[in-house]
Amino acid sequence: MRWKLALFVLLPLAFLVCSPVLFLLTGSLMDPGELSQYLSPILSQGKGYVAWRLVPQSPSLRSYVELLLDSPEFFAMFWNSVRITALILVGQLLVGAPAAWGFARFQFRFRKTLFTLYLILMLMPFQVTMLSSFLVLDSIHLINTQWSVILPAVFSTFPVFLMYRFFRSIPEAILESAKLDTGSAFQIFLNIGLPLGSAGIVSALVLGFLENWNLIEQPLAFLKDKTLWPLSLYLPNIDLAKAGVAFTGSVVTLLPALLVFLSGQDYLEQGITAAAIKG
Amino acid sequence: MKKNRIKGENIGLCFLLPSLTGVCLFVLLPFLDVLRRSLSSSVSEEWAGFQNYWSILHNSAFRLACWNTLRFVGVCIPSLLAISLLLAVFLQRLGRLGGILKTAFLFPMAIPVASVALVWRVLFENSGLWNSLLCRLGAVPEDWMNSPAAFWVLCGSYLWKNLGYDIVLWMAGLSGIPTQIYEAAQVDGAGEWKIFCKITFPSLLPSLYTISVLSFLNSFKVFREAYLVAGDYPNESMYLLQHLFNNWFRDLSFDKLSAGAVLVAAVILGLILLLQRIWNWEE
Repeated sequence: MRWKLALFVLLPLAFLVCSPVLFLLTGSLMDPGELSQYLSPILSQGKGYVAWRLVPQSPSLRSYVELLLDSPEFFAMFWNSVRITALILVGQLLVGAPAAWGFARFQFRFRKTLFTLYLILMLMPFQVTMLSSFLVLDSIHLINTQWSVILPAVFSTFPVFLMYRFFRSIPEAILESAKLDTGSAFQIFLNIGLPLGSAGIVSALVLGFLENWNLIEQPLAFLKDKTLWPLSLYLPNIDLAKAGVAFTGSVVTLLPALLVFLSGQDYLEQGITAAAIKG
Repeated sequence: MKKNRIKGENIGLCFLLPSLTGVCLFVLLPFLDVLRRSLSSSVSEEWAGFQNYWSILHNSAFRLACWNTLRFVGVCIPSLLAISLLLAVFLQRLGRLGGILKTAFLFPMAIPVASVALVWRVLFENSGLWNSLLCRLGAVPEDWMNSPAAFWVLCGSYLWKNLGYDIVLWMAGLSGIPTQIYEAAQVDGAGEWKIFCKITFPSLLPSLYTISVLSFLNSFKVFREAYLVAGDYPNESMYLLQHLFNNWFRDLSFDKLSAGAVLVAAVILGLILLLQRIWNWEE
Protein backbone atom coordinates (compact mmCIF):
# COMPACT_ATOMS: atom_id res chain seq x y z
CA MET A 1 0.00 0.00 0.00
CA ARG A 2 2.82 2.34 0.92
CA TRP A 3 4.13 2.02 -2.60
CA LYS A 4 1.03 3.76 -3.89
CA LEU A 5 2.25 6.94 -2.20
CA ALA A 6 5.01 7.09 -4.78
CA LEU A 7 2.33 7.89 -7.34
CA PHE A 8 2.25 11.44 -6.05
CA VAL A 9 5.72 11.85 -7.48
CA LEU A 10 5.55 9.39 -10.36
CA LEU A 11 2.38 10.65 -12.03
CA PRO A 12 3.47 14.31 -12.29
CA LEU A 13 6.90 13.18 -13.45
CA ALA A 14 5.40 10.96 -16.15
CA PHE A 15 3.21 13.83 -17.23
CA LEU A 16 6.21 16.16 -17.38
CA VAL A 17 8.11 13.65 -19.50
CA CYS A 18 5.28 13.44 -22.03
CA SER A 19 4.39 17.13 -21.97
CA PRO A 20 6.47 18.19 -25.00
CA VAL A 21 4.06 16.26 -27.21
CA LEU A 22 1.09 17.96 -25.61
CA PHE A 23 2.81 21.27 -26.16
CA LEU A 24 3.33 20.56 -29.87
CA LEU A 25 -0.23 19.35 -30.26
CA THR A 26 -1.78 22.44 -28.67
CA GLY A 27 0.45 24.70 -30.71
CA SER A 28 -0.54 22.98 -33.94
CA LEU A 29 -4.25 23.31 -33.15
CA MET A 30 -4.06 27.00 -32.36
CA ASP A 31 -5.11 29.66 -34.77
CA PRO A 32 -1.86 30.95 -36.36
CA GLY A 33 -2.69 34.43 -35.13
CA GLU A 34 -3.07 33.28 -31.55
CA LEU A 35 0.12 31.24 -31.79
CA SER A 36 2.28 34.06 -33.09
CA GLN A 37 0.84 36.37 -30.47
CA TYR A 38 2.04 34.00 -27.73
CA LEU A 39 5.44 33.58 -29.35
CA SER A 40 5.94 37.24 -30.20
CA PRO A 41 8.56 37.90 -27.46
CA ILE A 42 10.87 35.41 -29.23
CA LEU A 43 10.06 36.66 -32.71
CA SER A 44 10.58 40.33 -31.98
CA GLN A 45 13.39 39.83 -29.47
CA GLY A 46 11.32 42.20 -27.39
CA LYS A 47 10.55 42.47 -23.72
CA GLY A 48 8.32 40.10 -21.85
CA TYR A 49 7.96 36.36 -22.00
CA VAL A 50 6.33 33.75 -24.15
CA ALA A 51 2.87 32.84 -22.95
CA TRP A 52 1.03 29.58 -23.38
CA ARG A 53 -2.36 27.98 -22.89
CA LEU A 54 -3.06 24.30 -22.36
CA VAL A 55 -6.20 24.56 -24.45
CA PRO A 56 -6.19 26.89 -27.46
CA GLN A 57 -8.46 29.88 -27.08
CA SER A 58 -9.48 29.72 -30.71
CA PRO A 59 -8.85 26.14 -31.88
CA SER A 60 -8.50 25.80 -35.62
CA LEU A 61 -7.04 23.55 -38.26
CA ARG A 62 -5.74 26.48 -40.26
CA SER A 63 -2.10 25.58 -39.62
CA TYR A 64 -2.71 22.10 -40.96
CA VAL A 65 -4.38 23.47 -44.06
CA GLU A 66 -1.49 25.87 -44.50
CA LEU A 67 1.01 23.03 -44.19
CA LEU A 68 -0.97 20.98 -46.65
CA LEU A 69 -1.40 23.69 -49.27
CA ASP A 70 1.50 26.08 -48.93
CA SER A 71 4.45 23.88 -48.06
CA PRO A 72 5.25 21.59 -50.97
CA GLU A 73 8.83 21.36 -49.73
CA PHE A 74 7.62 19.82 -46.46
CA PHE A 75 6.08 16.92 -48.34
CA ALA A 76 9.15 16.51 -50.51
CA MET A 77 11.18 16.13 -47.31
CA PHE A 78 8.57 13.86 -45.78
CA TRP A 79 8.82 11.63 -48.81
CA ASN A 80 12.64 11.73 -48.56
CA SER A 81 12.41 10.53 -44.98
CA VAL A 82 9.99 7.76 -45.85
CA ARG A 83 12.12 6.57 -48.74
CA ILE A 84 15.39 6.63 -46.81
CA THR A 85 13.92 4.88 -43.79
CA ALA A 86 12.09 2.24 -45.85
CA LEU A 87 15.12 1.38 -47.99
CA ILE A 88 17.36 1.14 -44.93
CA LEU A 89 14.95 -1.19 -43.13
CA VAL A 90 14.43 -3.44 -46.15
CA GLY A 91 18.18 -3.59 -46.69
CA GLN A 92 18.87 -4.35 -43.04
CA LEU A 93 16.43 -7.26 -43.20
CA LEU A 94 17.72 -8.70 -46.45
CA VAL A 95 21.34 -8.53 -45.38
CA GLY A 96 21.03 -8.79 -41.62
CA ALA A 97 18.59 -11.64 -41.10
CA PRO A 98 20.67 -14.24 -42.98
CA ALA A 99 23.82 -13.01 -41.23
CA ALA A 100 22.15 -13.33 -37.84
CA TRP A 101 20.97 -16.83 -38.78
CA GLY A 102 24.50 -17.75 -39.81
CA PHE A 103 25.94 -16.61 -36.49
CA ALA A 104 23.19 -18.19 -34.43
CA ARG A 105 22.93 -21.59 -36.04
CA PHE A 106 26.24 -22.59 -37.61
CA GLN A 107 29.75 -23.27 -36.49
CA PHE A 108 32.47 -21.97 -38.76
CA ARG A 109 36.02 -20.82 -38.55
CA PHE A 110 36.56 -17.32 -37.09
CA ARG A 111 32.92 -17.27 -35.99
CA LYS A 112 33.77 -15.96 -32.58
CA THR A 113 36.24 -13.39 -33.91
CA LEU A 114 33.79 -12.13 -36.49
CA PHE A 115 31.03 -11.94 -33.94
CA THR A 116 33.20 -9.89 -31.60
CA LEU A 117 34.02 -7.64 -34.53
CA TYR A 118 30.31 -7.10 -35.23
CA LEU A 119 29.77 -6.33 -31.59
CA ILE A 120 32.52 -3.74 -31.54
CA LEU A 121 31.23 -2.10 -34.71
CA MET A 122 27.74 -2.00 -33.25
CA LEU A 123 29.06 -0.01 -30.31
CA MET A 124 31.06 2.55 -32.31
CA PRO A 125 29.45 5.97 -32.63
CA PHE A 126 28.98 7.59 -36.01
CA GLN A 127 31.81 10.05 -35.39
CA VAL A 128 34.34 7.22 -35.45
CA THR A 129 33.20 5.82 -38.79
CA MET A 130 32.27 9.13 -40.41
CA LEU A 131 35.53 9.65 -42.26
CA SER A 132 35.82 6.00 -43.33
CA SER A 133 32.33 6.03 -44.78
CA PHE A 134 33.01 9.30 -46.52
CA LEU A 135 36.18 8.00 -48.18
CA VAL A 136 34.40 4.99 -49.68
CA LEU A 137 31.25 6.83 -50.66
CA ASP A 138 33.31 9.54 -52.28
CA SER A 139 35.37 7.06 -54.26
CA ILE A 140 32.25 5.44 -55.71
CA HIS A 141 30.63 8.87 -56.34
CA LEU A 142 27.72 8.39 -54.01
CA ILE A 143 28.28 11.50 -51.91
CA ASN A 144 25.36 13.87 -52.24
CA THR A 145 22.97 11.08 -53.18
CA GLN A 146 20.59 9.45 -50.74
CA TRP A 147 22.51 6.19 -51.14
CA SER A 148 25.31 7.73 -49.10
CA VAL A 149 22.96 7.68 -46.12
CA ILE A 150 21.24 4.40 -46.96
CA LEU A 151 24.11 2.05 -47.79
CA PRO A 152 26.24 2.41 -44.63
CA ALA A 153 23.08 2.07 -42.53
CA VAL A 154 22.08 -1.12 -44.33
CA PHE A 155 25.31 -2.73 -43.16
CA SER A 156 24.88 -1.57 -39.60
CA THR A 157 25.64 -4.52 -37.32
CA PHE A 158 23.10 -3.72 -34.64
CA PRO A 159 20.11 -5.42 -36.31
CA VAL A 160 22.29 -8.49 -36.92
CA PHE A 161 23.11 -8.69 -33.26
CA LEU A 162 19.51 -8.18 -32.21
CA MET A 163 18.11 -10.85 -34.53
CA TYR A 164 20.94 -13.17 -33.48
CA ARG A 165 19.67 -13.10 -29.91
CA PHE A 166 16.21 -14.20 -31.01
CA PHE A 167 17.35 -16.84 -33.51
CA ARG A 168 19.62 -18.24 -30.87
CA SER A 169 16.72 -18.85 -28.51
CA ILE A 170 14.90 -21.20 -30.92
CA PRO A 171 15.21 -24.71 -29.43
CA GLU A 172 17.57 -26.98 -31.32
CA ALA A 173 15.04 -29.83 -31.23
CA ILE A 174 12.59 -28.01 -33.48
CA LEU A 175 15.27 -27.42 -36.08
CA GLU A 176 16.52 -31.00 -35.86
CA SER A 177 13.12 -32.38 -36.78
CA ALA A 178 12.81 -29.84 -39.57
CA LYS A 179 16.14 -30.88 -41.01
CA LEU A 180 14.77 -34.38 -41.51
CA ASP A 181 11.71 -33.12 -43.35
CA THR A 182 12.88 -30.34 -45.60
CA GLY A 183 15.88 -30.16 -47.80
CA SER A 184 18.25 -27.26 -48.02
CA ALA A 185 19.62 -25.07 -45.28
CA PHE A 186 18.15 -22.05 -47.00
CA GLN A 187 14.66 -23.53 -46.98
CA ILE A 188 14.95 -24.22 -43.26
CA PHE A 189 15.91 -20.58 -42.73
CA LEU A 190 12.96 -19.32 -44.77
CA ASN A 191 10.30 -21.73 -43.57
CA ILE A 192 11.26 -22.22 -39.95
CA GLY A 193 13.89 -19.69 -38.91
CA LEU A 194 12.11 -16.56 -40.08
CA PRO A 195 8.68 -17.40 -38.62
CA LEU A 196 10.11 -18.52 -35.27
CA GLY A 197 12.43 -15.53 -35.07
CA SER A 198 9.78 -13.05 -36.16
CA ALA A 199 9.74 -11.31 -32.77
CA GLY A 200 13.41 -10.48 -33.27
CA ILE A 201 12.79 -9.22 -36.78
CA VAL A 202 9.96 -6.96 -35.66
CA SER A 203 12.08 -5.68 -32.76
CA ALA A 204 14.86 -4.84 -35.16
CA LEU A 205 12.37 -3.05 -37.42
CA VAL A 206 10.85 -1.01 -34.60
CA LEU A 207 14.20 0.07 -33.17
CA GLY A 208 15.52 0.63 -36.68
CA PHE A 209 12.59 2.82 -37.58
CA LEU A 210 12.94 5.04 -34.52
CA GLU A 211 16.66 5.37 -35.21
CA ASN A 212 16.46 6.07 -38.92
CA TRP A 213 13.47 8.37 -38.79
CA ASN A 214 15.80 10.57 -36.74
CA LEU A 215 18.93 10.64 -38.87
CA ILE A 216 20.87 13.85 -38.29
CA GLU A 217 24.59 13.19 -38.44
CA GLN A 218 24.68 11.18 -41.67
CA PRO A 219 22.64 13.45 -43.96
CA LEU A 220 24.35 16.47 -42.42
CA ALA A 221 27.73 15.11 -43.41
CA PHE A 222 26.93 13.43 -46.72
CA LEU A 223 24.11 15.42 -48.33
CA LYS A 224 25.05 18.88 -49.53
CA ASP A 225 21.94 19.32 -51.65
CA LYS A 226 19.17 20.41 -49.32
CA THR A 227 16.39 19.00 -51.50
CA LEU A 228 17.68 15.53 -50.61
CA TRP A 229 17.44 16.13 -46.86
CA PRO A 230 15.15 14.11 -44.64
CA LEU A 231 12.59 15.83 -42.44
CA SER A 232 14.77 15.53 -39.36
CA LEU A 233 17.23 18.06 -40.79
CA TYR A 234 14.74 20.26 -42.60
CA LEU A 235 12.19 20.76 -39.85
CA PRO A 236 14.33 22.82 -37.45
CA ASN A 237 15.10 25.21 -40.28
CA ILE A 238 11.52 26.42 -40.51
CA ASP A 239 11.47 29.99 -39.33
CA LEU A 240 9.50 30.64 -36.16
CA ALA A 241 7.79 33.43 -38.07
CA LYS A 242 5.88 30.58 -39.68
CA ALA A 243 5.25 29.05 -36.26
CA GLY A 244 2.01 27.38 -37.33
CA VAL A 245 3.79 25.39 -40.03
CA ALA A 246 6.66 24.59 -37.65
CA PHE A 247 4.25 23.16 -35.07
CA THR A 248 2.07 21.19 -37.48
CA GLY A 249 5.18 19.96 -39.28
CA SER A 250 6.56 18.70 -35.97
CA VAL A 251 3.30 16.91 -35.22
CA VAL A 252 3.14 15.30 -38.66
CA THR A 253 6.76 14.14 -38.25
CA LEU A 254 5.88 12.71 -34.87
CA LEU A 255 2.84 10.74 -36.08
CA PRO A 256 4.58 7.84 -37.86
CA ALA A 257 6.97 7.41 -34.93
CA LEU A 258 4.04 7.49 -32.52
CA LEU A 259 2.22 4.87 -34.55
CA VAL A 260 5.23 2.58 -34.59
CA PHE A 261 5.80 3.13 -30.88
CA LEU A 262 2.24 2.36 -29.84
CA SER A 263 1.79 -0.66 -32.06
CA GLY A 264 5.26 -2.07 -31.44
CA GLN A 265 5.91 -1.22 -27.82
CA ASP A 266 6.25 -4.83 -26.70
CA TYR A 267 8.75 -5.50 -29.43
CA LEU A 268 10.57 -2.28 -28.62
CA GLU A 269 11.01 -3.40 -25.02
CA GLN A 270 12.05 -6.89 -26.09
CA GLY A 271 14.58 -5.35 -28.42
CA ILE A 272 16.02 -3.06 -25.77
CA THR A 273 16.31 -5.91 -23.32
CA ALA A 274 17.71 -8.41 -25.79
CA ALA A 275 20.63 -6.13 -26.55
CA ALA A 276 21.64 -5.89 -22.92
CA ILE A 277 20.68 -8.87 -20.86
CA LYS A 278 21.57 -12.41 -21.60
CA GLY A 279 18.50 -14.35 -22.69
CA MET B 1 30.78 -36.74 -39.63
CA LYS B 2 33.78 -34.61 -40.35
CA LYS B 3 32.67 -33.97 -43.89
CA ASN B 4 29.30 -32.87 -42.61
CA ARG B 5 30.89 -30.33 -40.30
CA ILE B 6 32.91 -28.77 -43.09
CA LYS B 7 29.78 -28.50 -45.18
CA GLY B 8 28.06 -26.77 -42.28
CA GLU B 9 30.95 -24.36 -42.11
CA ASN B 10 30.48 -23.24 -45.66
CA ILE B 11 26.74 -22.81 -45.26
CA GLY B 12 27.17 -20.61 -42.20
CA LEU B 13 29.63 -18.41 -44.05
CA CYS B 14 27.27 -18.20 -47.03
CA PHE B 15 24.56 -16.78 -44.82
CA LEU B 16 27.01 -14.27 -43.45
CA LEU B 17 28.65 -13.32 -46.71
CA PRO B 18 26.44 -10.45 -47.98
CA SER B 19 26.62 -8.70 -44.64
CA LEU B 20 30.32 -9.31 -44.15
CA THR B 21 31.14 -8.01 -47.63
CA GLY B 22 29.28 -4.80 -46.92
CA VAL B 23 30.89 -4.36 -43.53
CA CYS B 24 34.37 -4.84 -45.00
CA LEU B 25 33.67 -2.52 -47.90
CA PHE B 26 32.01 0.29 -45.98
CA VAL B 27 33.67 0.12 -42.60
CA LEU B 28 36.72 -2.07 -42.15
CA LEU B 29 38.83 -1.38 -45.22
CA PRO B 30 38.21 2.38 -45.19
CA PHE B 31 39.05 2.43 -41.50
CA LEU B 32 42.47 1.05 -42.37
CA ASP B 33 42.81 3.96 -44.76
CA VAL B 34 41.85 6.31 -41.94
CA LEU B 35 44.51 4.69 -39.76
CA ARG B 36 47.08 5.28 -42.50
CA ARG B 37 45.99 8.89 -42.90
CA SER B 38 46.23 9.49 -39.19
CA LEU B 39 49.91 8.57 -39.41
CA SER B 40 50.78 10.62 -42.47
CA SER B 41 51.10 14.29 -43.19
CA SER B 42 48.08 15.85 -44.86
CA VAL B 43 50.16 17.85 -47.32
CA SER B 44 52.75 15.44 -48.62
CA GLU B 45 50.98 12.17 -47.72
CA GLU B 46 54.28 11.01 -46.28
CA TRP B 47 54.77 9.08 -43.09
CA ALA B 48 54.54 11.54 -40.24
CA GLY B 49 54.53 9.26 -37.22
CA PHE B 50 52.39 10.49 -34.37
CA GLN B 51 52.53 14.12 -35.42
CA ASN B 52 48.78 14.38 -36.06
CA TYR B 53 48.09 12.86 -32.67
CA TRP B 54 50.38 15.34 -30.96
CA SER B 55 48.82 18.22 -32.76
CA ILE B 56 45.26 17.34 -31.77
CA LEU B 57 46.27 16.59 -28.20
CA HIS B 58 47.64 20.13 -27.99
CA ASN B 59 44.68 21.60 -29.84
CA SER B 60 42.64 23.75 -27.47
CA ALA B 61 39.34 22.95 -29.20
CA PHE B 62 40.05 19.25 -28.81
CA ARG B 63 40.86 19.67 -25.14
CA LEU B 64 37.74 21.68 -24.54
CA ALA B 65 35.59 19.14 -26.38
CA CYS B 66 37.19 16.24 -24.49
CA TRP B 67 36.71 17.95 -21.18
CA ASN B 68 33.06 18.75 -21.93
CA THR B 69 32.38 15.23 -23.14
CA LEU B 70 33.98 13.74 -20.02
CA ARG B 71 32.09 16.15 -17.81
CA PHE B 72 28.87 15.33 -19.60
CA VAL B 73 29.41 11.59 -19.24
CA GLY B 74 30.54 11.98 -15.64
CA VAL B 75 27.46 13.95 -14.65
CA CYS B 76 24.81 12.29 -16.78
CA ILE B 77 25.53 8.58 -16.67
CA PRO B 78 25.58 8.20 -12.87
CA SER B 79 22.47 10.36 -12.51
CA LEU B 80 20.66 8.50 -15.27
CA LEU B 81 21.54 5.13 -13.75
CA ALA B 82 20.46 6.16 -10.28
CA ILE B 83 17.22 7.88 -11.24
CA SER B 84 16.13 5.14 -13.62
CA LEU B 85 16.91 2.44 -11.05
CA LEU B 86 14.87 4.24 -8.43
CA LEU B 87 11.94 4.65 -10.81
CA ALA B 88 12.23 1.04 -11.99
CA VAL B 89 12.02 -0.27 -8.41
CA PHE B 90 8.87 1.75 -7.80
CA LEU B 91 7.26 0.91 -11.15
CA GLN B 92 7.97 -2.78 -10.59
CA ARG B 93 5.98 -2.71 -7.36
CA LEU B 94 3.04 -0.92 -8.91
CA GLY B 95 2.13 -3.79 -11.23
CA ARG B 96 -0.19 -2.89 -14.10
CA LEU B 97 -0.20 0.80 -13.36
CA GLY B 98 3.60 0.65 -13.34
CA GLY B 99 3.47 -0.79 -16.83
CA ILE B 100 1.43 2.16 -18.08
CA LEU B 101 3.79 4.62 -16.44
CA LYS B 102 6.73 2.80 -17.98
CA THR B 103 5.18 3.47 -21.39
CA ALA B 104 5.00 7.15 -20.50
CA PHE B 105 8.68 7.24 -19.56
CA LEU B 106 9.65 5.33 -22.70
CA PHE B 107 7.65 7.69 -24.87
CA PRO B 108 10.41 10.30 -25.46
CA MET B 109 12.31 7.62 -27.36
CA ALA B 110 9.66 7.86 -30.06
CA ILE B 111 9.57 11.65 -30.25
CA PRO B 112 11.67 12.72 -33.24
CA VAL B 113 14.58 14.97 -32.38
CA ALA B 114 13.44 17.47 -34.97
CA SER B 115 10.10 17.90 -33.22
CA VAL B 116 11.81 18.30 -29.88
CA ALA B 117 14.13 20.98 -31.20
CA LEU B 118 11.16 23.30 -31.62
CA VAL B 119 9.98 22.70 -28.06
CA TRP B 120 13.46 23.33 -26.69
CA ARG B 121 13.68 26.59 -28.61
CA VAL B 122 10.43 27.92 -27.19
CA LEU B 123 11.32 26.67 -23.71
CA PHE B 124 14.88 27.89 -23.36
CA GLU B 125 15.00 31.11 -25.35
CA ASN B 126 15.87 34.18 -23.35
CA SER B 127 12.21 35.18 -23.32
CA GLY B 128 11.01 31.57 -23.35
CA LEU B 129 8.59 29.63 -21.19
CA TRP B 130 11.10 28.35 -18.69
CA ASN B 131 12.36 31.82 -17.87
CA SER B 132 8.81 33.04 -17.65
CA LEU B 133 8.14 30.37 -15.03
CA LEU B 134 11.34 31.18 -13.14
CA CYS B 135 10.42 34.83 -13.14
CA ARG B 136 7.01 34.12 -11.68
CA LEU B 137 8.58 32.01 -8.96
CA GLY B 138 10.86 34.90 -8.15
CA ALA B 139 14.05 33.24 -9.40
CA VAL B 140 16.61 34.93 -11.61
CA PRO B 141 16.08 34.15 -15.30
CA GLU B 142 19.05 32.93 -17.29
CA ASP B 143 20.00 33.05 -20.95
CA TRP B 144 19.94 29.26 -21.12
CA MET B 145 21.33 28.58 -24.55
CA ASN B 146 24.06 31.25 -24.47
CA SER B 147 25.60 30.74 -21.07
CA PRO B 148 27.28 27.90 -19.18
CA ALA B 149 23.74 26.86 -18.25
CA ALA B 150 23.51 25.34 -21.76
CA PHE B 151 25.42 22.36 -20.38
CA TRP B 152 22.57 21.62 -17.98
CA VAL B 153 19.98 21.90 -20.71
CA LEU B 154 21.95 19.27 -22.58
CA CYS B 155 22.09 17.00 -19.51
CA GLY B 156 18.37 17.45 -18.98
CA SER B 157 17.53 16.50 -22.53
CA TYR B 158 19.74 13.40 -22.34
CA LEU B 159 18.07 12.29 -19.13
CA TRP B 160 14.64 12.96 -20.58
CA LYS B 161 15.33 10.93 -23.70
CA ASN B 162 17.06 7.95 -22.08
CA LEU B 163 15.17 7.52 -18.83
CA GLY B 164 12.65 5.06 -20.28
CA TYR B 165 15.30 3.00 -22.04
CA ASP B 166 17.19 2.47 -18.79
CA ILE B 167 14.01 1.82 -16.83
CA VAL B 168 13.13 -0.99 -19.24
CA LEU B 169 16.58 -2.48 -18.76
CA TRP B 170 16.48 -2.25 -14.95
CA MET B 171 12.98 -3.71 -14.85
CA ALA B 172 14.12 -6.64 -16.96
CA GLY B 173 16.86 -7.20 -14.41
CA LEU B 174 14.44 -6.84 -11.50
CA SER B 175 11.99 -9.35 -12.94
CA GLY B 176 14.78 -11.93 -12.85
CA ILE B 177 14.99 -11.84 -9.06
CA PRO B 178 12.82 -14.59 -7.54
CA THR B 179 10.03 -13.21 -5.34
CA GLN B 180 10.57 -15.94 -2.75
CA ILE B 181 13.78 -14.24 -1.69
CA TYR B 182 11.89 -11.04 -0.94
CA GLU B 183 9.18 -12.90 0.94
CA ALA B 184 11.77 -14.74 3.00
CA ALA B 185 13.52 -11.49 3.84
CA GLN B 186 10.25 -9.86 4.85
CA VAL B 187 9.42 -12.81 7.08
CA ASP B 188 12.81 -12.32 8.73
CA GLY B 189 11.81 -8.73 9.37
CA ALA B 190 14.10 -6.90 6.96
CA GLY B 191 13.04 -3.34 6.06
CA GLU B 192 12.61 -2.06 2.50
CA TRP B 193 15.94 -0.27 2.49
CA LYS B 194 17.77 -3.27 3.84
CA ILE B 195 16.14 -5.52 1.26
CA PHE B 196 17.23 -3.14 -1.48
CA CYS B 197 20.83 -3.00 -0.26
CA LYS B 198 21.23 -6.69 0.54
CA ILE B 199 19.15 -8.35 -2.15
CA THR B 200 18.01 -6.13 -4.99
CA PHE B 201 21.15 -4.15 -5.67
CA PRO B 202 23.61 -7.08 -5.52
CA SER B 203 21.41 -9.09 -7.91
CA LEU B 204 21.40 -6.21 -10.35
CA LEU B 205 25.17 -5.73 -10.36
CA PRO B 206 25.74 -7.84 -13.49
CA SER B 207 23.22 -5.70 -15.38
CA LEU B 208 24.83 -2.53 -14.07
CA TYR B 209 27.81 -2.98 -16.39
CA THR B 210 25.80 -3.53 -19.54
CA ILE B 211 23.40 -0.75 -18.74
CA SER B 212 26.28 1.67 -18.15
CA VAL B 213 27.90 0.83 -21.46
CA LEU B 214 24.65 1.18 -23.38
CA SER B 215 23.93 4.48 -21.65
CA PHE B 216 27.42 5.68 -22.49
CA LEU B 217 26.96 4.80 -26.15
CA ASN B 218 23.56 6.41 -26.31
CA SER B 219 25.14 9.54 -24.88
CA PHE B 220 26.85 10.17 -28.22
CA LYS B 221 23.44 10.75 -29.77
CA VAL B 222 22.81 13.78 -27.59
CA PHE B 223 24.61 15.63 -30.38
CA ARG B 224 21.37 15.49 -32.34
CA GLU B 225 19.45 17.66 -29.91
CA ALA B 226 22.48 19.86 -29.31
CA TYR B 227 23.03 20.44 -32.99
CA LEU B 228 19.43 21.11 -33.91
CA VAL B 229 18.95 23.56 -31.07
CA ALA B 230 22.28 25.34 -31.05
CA GLY B 231 23.99 24.67 -34.39
CA ASP B 232 27.67 24.21 -35.26
CA TYR B 233 29.11 26.43 -32.57
CA PRO B 234 26.97 26.27 -29.43
CA ASN B 235 27.89 27.81 -26.12
CA GLU B 236 31.37 26.71 -25.06
CA SER B 237 29.98 24.68 -22.16
CA MET B 238 28.25 22.22 -24.49
CA TYR B 239 30.82 22.02 -27.27
CA LEU B 240 31.24 18.24 -27.47
CA LEU B 241 33.63 15.98 -29.35
CA GLN B 242 30.80 15.35 -31.81
CA HIS B 243 30.65 19.08 -32.65
CA LEU B 244 34.40 19.19 -33.11
CA PHE B 245 34.40 16.13 -35.41
CA ASN B 246 31.58 17.58 -37.42
CA ASN B 247 33.42 20.87 -37.82
CA TRP B 248 36.68 19.16 -38.74
CA PHE B 249 34.77 17.20 -41.35
CA ARG B 250 33.20 20.32 -42.81
CA ASP B 251 36.58 22.06 -42.95
CA LEU B 252 38.08 18.97 -44.61
CA SER B 253 40.72 18.68 -41.86
CA PHE B 254 41.04 14.98 -42.54
CA ASP B 255 44.41 14.67 -40.80
CA LYS B 256 42.98 15.80 -37.49
CA LEU B 257 39.74 13.93 -38.05
CA SER B 258 41.50 10.65 -38.75
CA ALA B 259 43.72 10.93 -35.69
CA GLY B 260 40.69 11.85 -33.60
CA ALA B 261 38.63 8.96 -34.96
CA VAL B 262 41.41 6.49 -34.18
CA LEU B 263 41.82 7.87 -30.66
CA VAL B 264 38.12 7.70 -29.88
CA ALA B 265 37.85 4.23 -31.42
CA ALA B 266 40.78 3.08 -29.26
CA VAL B 267 39.22 4.42 -26.08
CA ILE B 268 35.87 2.77 -26.83
CA LEU B 269 37.53 -0.46 -27.88
CA GLY B 270 39.44 -0.52 -24.59
CA LEU B 271 36.22 0.00 -22.70
CA ILE B 272 34.45 -2.80 -24.56
CA LEU B 273 37.29 -5.28 -24.12
CA LEU B 274 37.53 -4.45 -20.44
CA LEU B 275 33.85 -5.12 -20.18
CA GLN B 276 33.79 -8.24 -22.23
CA ARG B 277 35.84 -10.02 -19.61
CA ILE B 278 33.15 -9.38 -17.07
CA TRP B 279 30.28 -9.71 -19.43
CA ASN B 280 30.57 -12.73 -21.62
CA TRP B 281 28.16 -12.43 -24.52
CA GLU B 282 28.65 -15.91 -25.80
CA GLU B 283 26.82 -18.76 -24.10
